[in-house]
Amino acid sequence: MQKKIIRVKWVGSFLIIAILITFFASLSIGSSFISPVDVFKTLTGTGEFDLIIFDFRLPRIVIALLIGAGMAVSGAILQSATQNGLADPGILGINSGAGFAVILYIFFTQGISVSSPILSVFIMPLFALAGALTAASLIYLFAWKKSGVTPIRLILVGIGINAAFSALIIIFQLKMDPRTFTQATVWLSGNISGVDWIYVLSLLPWVSVFIPLAIFKSRYLNILGLGDAASIGLGVNVNRERKFLLFISVALAGSCVAAGGGIAFLGLVAPQLAKKLVGPRNEILIPTSALVGALLLLLSDMVSRALIAPAEIPVGLVVSALGAPYFIYLLIKS
Amino acid sequence: MVLKEKSFSKKTIIALIILILGSSFLILSMAFSIAFGAANIDLATVWQSVTSFDAGRTEHQIIHRLRMPRAVAAALVGAGLAVSGAIMQGMTRNPLASPSIMGVTAGATFMIALALAFVTSLSSLGLMLAAFIGAGVGAGLVFGIGSLSRNGLTPVKLALAGSAITALLSSISSAIAIQFDVAKDLSFWYAGGVAGIQWANVTPIIPVVLIGLIIAFMISSSITVMSLGDDVATGLGQRTGLVKILGILAVLLLTGAAVSISGTIGFVGLVIPHITRFLVGTDYRWILPCSAVLGGLLLVLADIAGRMVNPPFETPVGAITALIGVPFFLYLARREGRGL
Repeated sequence: MQKKIIRVKWVGSFLIIAILITFFASLSIGSSFISPVDVFKTLTGTGEFDLIIFDFRLPRIVIALLIGAGMAVSGAILQSATQNGLADPGILGINSGAGFAVILYIFFTQGISVSSPILSVFIMPLFALAGALTAASLIYLFAWKKSGVTPIRLILVGIGINAAFSALIIIFQLKMDPRTFTQATVWLSGNISGVDWIYVLSLLPWVSVFIPLAIFKSRYLNILGLGDAASIGLGVNVNRERKFLLFISVALAGSCVAAGGGIAFLGLVAPQLAKKLVGPRNEILIPTSALVGALLLLLSDMVSRALIAPAEIPVGLVVSALGAPYFIYLLIKS
Repeated sequence: MVLKEKSFSKKTIIALIILILGSSFLILSMAFSIAFGAANIDLATVWQSVTSFDAGRTEHQIIHRLRMPRAVAAALVGAGLAVSGAIMQGMTRNPLASPSIMGVTAGATFMIALALAFVTSLSSLGLMLAAFIGAGVGAGLVFGIGSLSRNGLTPVKLALAGSAITALLSSISSAIAIQFDVAKDLSFWYAGGVAGIQWANVTPIIPVVLIGLIIAFMISSSITVMSLGDDVATGLGQRTGLVKILGILAVLLLTGAAVSISGTIGFVGLVIPHITRFLVGTDYRWILPCSAVLGGLLLVLADIAGRMVNPPFETPVGAITALIGVPFFLYLARREGRGL
């Protein structure tokens, strides 16, 4: 036990240091290189790159950290609550449900969202949440039988729901004018270039409420992991706790999609890696997943900017190009 | 025994009815598809343009240049996808097997993206070749992963491997498309549709689809035996290796041809074989031709629906077939345990 705590401390400090290093590297690398010394000077208020650092790179980095942490915690809850190592909000169609709601919002308010973009940045997460909740309820409805929800049926139903929402997205997308169409495509691929502080402000309350709540509720996840019979025996109101935890997961996925588009596989990979590092206890696993997710998305974002600079690949594509092989590896092993 | 005989003949009659009625409906719906459009043309004119073509009349020109290739393409693509889905389901005994779920269409789209990005002035033949290779790559990857995994090739694993490969290949294709500025060309393949198809696109795939269908019909009785399981098939003295190779060849020809002109049209290959099996029983000598007819019919109707939903815009056929197919897929997923 003592050994274990030390290990957790080591892993935690390693992750935080890695995030800090990537954070500074990320501030330097981009279409124009800024030396780390200048970055440090600018951050402390004596440098000359205020515009690039504070208005372009910093909000983007902060949002990558927030989305990475949010998606990872969302996936960690899904995996623990459904006892399914392959669960991920992207694969299950929760992301595309949220994406569809946002596309609907953009479609019906094309005029309004242009005239008051700030308001729409704050409204979009609410729409995304509604869409994500719809998708999640549909999955629950179709996957649930009297005997409960088997992991495999959950994933199969999720794949189906994902296909349906993707089809709906295409239908509405094709009705948009070409410029909005391209914007929507880039956004749907998972993209955080061109975000500014407003997006950070719109996502921050969601992440800072729901991640601590998830950590607070994590011991129920441990009990749920023992199976329904054992949980009821231990005096846990299984259905209520599971629904509440799933709601946290869906809310995190929805708000992250609203800010960054559909970034798939992050919610799958980050908790799996975290589990390898610190084991399955949720009160440790969930914060570790958040750190791993933040680090992964920050790294992917750096790759997406550096790979074909000055052009960019949407970060979601980088994440799935890295995440899909890992998913396949897990599939082969299981 | 007598009872069995009776039910067998009943299924045969149903199959014959499907073939005859289905074909007539298919021709009728193709006629409607030709008549219906921005400029409505009555069916009599459609008939005239076939029997006595008059190059001077604009309507005849529209019918021959634009509407006919589109209707023919829809029928061919639908038939091709449905038959390759039926072959895959029969040979792998996997109720979820179908071109779009198993990564075949994603593979084809991926190779098309590569071809569009790196080959200038691509002929429709070259495009088709790329689609064939890609279909093979996609299917190979998914089956490879499925058979590498510990407990072998379970239906669910194939479906999961398929969706992972689809995600991987389509994310790489999107990246290529954005980088090489072919996103617009490629978005057409993602949406899936037969709009704007001309004879120049359709003519090369006609022989390919026909060859694919002929191979499929030739091995149909062997597929029936294989659908009972590899052991039974070997026990009955069947050369399963040869049949498998021919089956894979037919799937690649049919899917590659379909994807090369119409892009990603999902769920036809999943839904149609199931409906057909439900109607005509387990004999693939009937399942394959009936699937071809019903698949063609579904896609022609979906194409007409796509034009009617929101005129003058076109709703992509792929989205419509997905919306029809998803409830069915959910039903299959819910039945999991029994069927899978």
